[in-house]
Amino acid sequence: MRIVVLVKQVPSTDKVKMDEKTGTMVRSAMEAELNPLDLYAVEEAVRVKEKIAGTEITVISMGPPNATYAIREAIAMGCDKGVLLSDKVFSGADTWATARTLSSGLEKLGQFDLIFSGERATDGETGQVGPSVAAQLDMPALTYVSKIREIGDGRIVVERAVEEGHEVVESSLPAMVSVVKEINEPRMPNLMGKIRARKTEVTVMTAQDVGLDSSKAGLTGSPTRVVKVFYPSLSRNGTIVDGKDPEKTVEKLLQFLKDKALV
Amino acid sequence: MKTSEGKFQGVWTLGEQRDGEISSVSYELLAWGRELADKRGTTLASVILGHNIKEKAESLVHHGADIVYVVDHPGLEHFAPDVHAAILEKLVREFMPEIFIASATTYGRTVMPVLAAKVETGLTADCTELDIDQETGLLIQTRPAIGGNVMATIKTPDHRPQMSTVRPRSKKPLAKDESRKGKIIVKEYPDELYVSKVKFIEFIKDETTALPIQEAEIIVSGGKGLKDVKNFTLVHELADLLNGSVGASRQAVDMGWIPYSHQVGLSGKTVSPRLYISAGISGAVQHIAGMSSADVVVAINNDPDAAIFKVCDFGIVGDALEILPVLIERLRERKTINVKGES
Repeated sequence: MRIVVLVKQVPSTDKVKMDEKTGTMVRSAMEAELNPLDLYAVEEAVRVKEKIAGTEITVISMGPPNATYAIREAIAMGCDKGVLLSDKVFSGADTWATARTLSSGLEKLGQFDLIFSGERATDGETGQVGPSVAAQLDMPALTYVSKIREIGDGRIVVERAVEEGHEVVESSLPAMVSVVKEINEPRMPNLMGKIRARKTEVTVMTAQDVGLDSSKAGLTGSPTRVVKVFYPSLSRNGTIVDGKDPEKTVEKLLQFLKDKALV
Repeated sequence: MKTSEGKFQGVWTLGEQRDGEISSVSYELLAWGRELADKRGTTLASVILGHNIKEKAESLVHHGADIVYVVDHPGLEHFAPDVHAAILEKLVREFMPEIFIASATTYGRTVMPVLAAKVETGLTADCTELDIDQETGLLIQTRPAIGGNVMATIKTPDHRPQMSTVRPRSKKPLAKDESRKGKIIVKEYPDELYVSKVKFIEFIKDETTALPIQEAEIIVSGGKGLKDVKNFTLVHELADLLNGSVGASRQAVDMGWIPYSHQVGLSGKTVSPRLYISAGISGAVQHIAGMSSADVVVAINNDPDAAIFKVCDFGIVGDALEILPVLIERLRERKTINVKGES
């Protein structure tokens, strides 16, 4: 089975801090990591590989040259190959252009049975790239997958975590599967994995390599335009009370809630 | 599709149904749609795909739609992403709406990216604010990223339809008006269009009757400060009393006190209830990212320096294990009194 995992390098979530003065969140642009929600996609791909002999996993990402770091993290967990789509013309891409670029790369790399992605990236938080890639490659988009019940013989049975419960569906392969956090517990890479990750060559492909017209890539190829970005202050000047006397404190709280028409 | 491909007009909303019942998010979306259509001086249409749904279409008119496009077929009973997107593509290409919005539910967030890829247009995820630019008539889409610490305003200048998904509960539905009249257009397609690669097997309904946290009006969240899974029942009790849903910090989820679907924060769910009560949560920035858009925040924590107090409207510096039982008791008393008062 040929599996691909779509990953993204994001600013490190551990580095997010709140600016004391403005009440806005600041992240250090210097520190980057593999999108935490992609770890679950990588882990699930590796579990499929452990179950089905002859499975090969390719990790693919679109990003700046240093995004090989995120790809190596995935290789350290058990993926086999890494591909980075990196080109100046890719920058500024919205989800549509990103999906287009990834799809072009995947078409160049041949046929895949299964495409995994995380639920969304913790920076952009759209969750649109996975389903969009599925559409471009004419595969069904199985989103919010919380469990793979069965896989093999050209088919997959999954549970999808939706609003009021879990929907169980069967799909033919190839298919795109985006996973949610409850699907597994991602492993820590072991020493062997880390060594392999360091030694594995990550293939870097440009727009020309994937045969993508630059008018379809990056900002130029993006239907959407960000026209304004602003940082709302999150601080509220709330009333803070001492809770030493629970009875009195609860009275105050109930009064507060009553004033707000909440009880 | 490019603006040059023809005349695009009208605002569309994507209706949702489960088991032949129209979901409430469909009506919230119509409130957004009505506002946009009026500002743009155009009609509002709603699209609903399902099976045995025809008779229900009228209620979309009662909630603000001028036109309802209905596709009713056994093949649409369950959500098949490929078939739903293919039908929507047919509709969009035939009627060419200028704006098409859906709820940012698992349905909307799955089918809309597929549709946007097929019709080659932009899609803005999880918007909290929509407006019409007075000068250009373009849709102005505002969305939070990184859990709300950055807000971005986005436009789709040259592609149509301009599409977005809209966060549930970001607007109240319009009052139902049964005297409203509208046009119901039932569309039929050849059977082969309904053949999906995805087959529905079963639906396992959550045992809880509480709303998923993304849709809840009231959320009571618990964290590490509760010390033990046994104490976490206090959070459940309080949520039940308030008819709310239960949330949790990442630590509480990681310790296995509650499933992941309840996690609030950057790697969990983003919530925007009317009331958010946090108990024993210090307020890591990743948690705050997921709840900062709540209307009213109440925080209970024993550390006066906890970050959660910066983002709360009412903070109690104290032990949640002492406060919660008293609060629960008081609310129970009030409930009993109310019930007695009614009888």
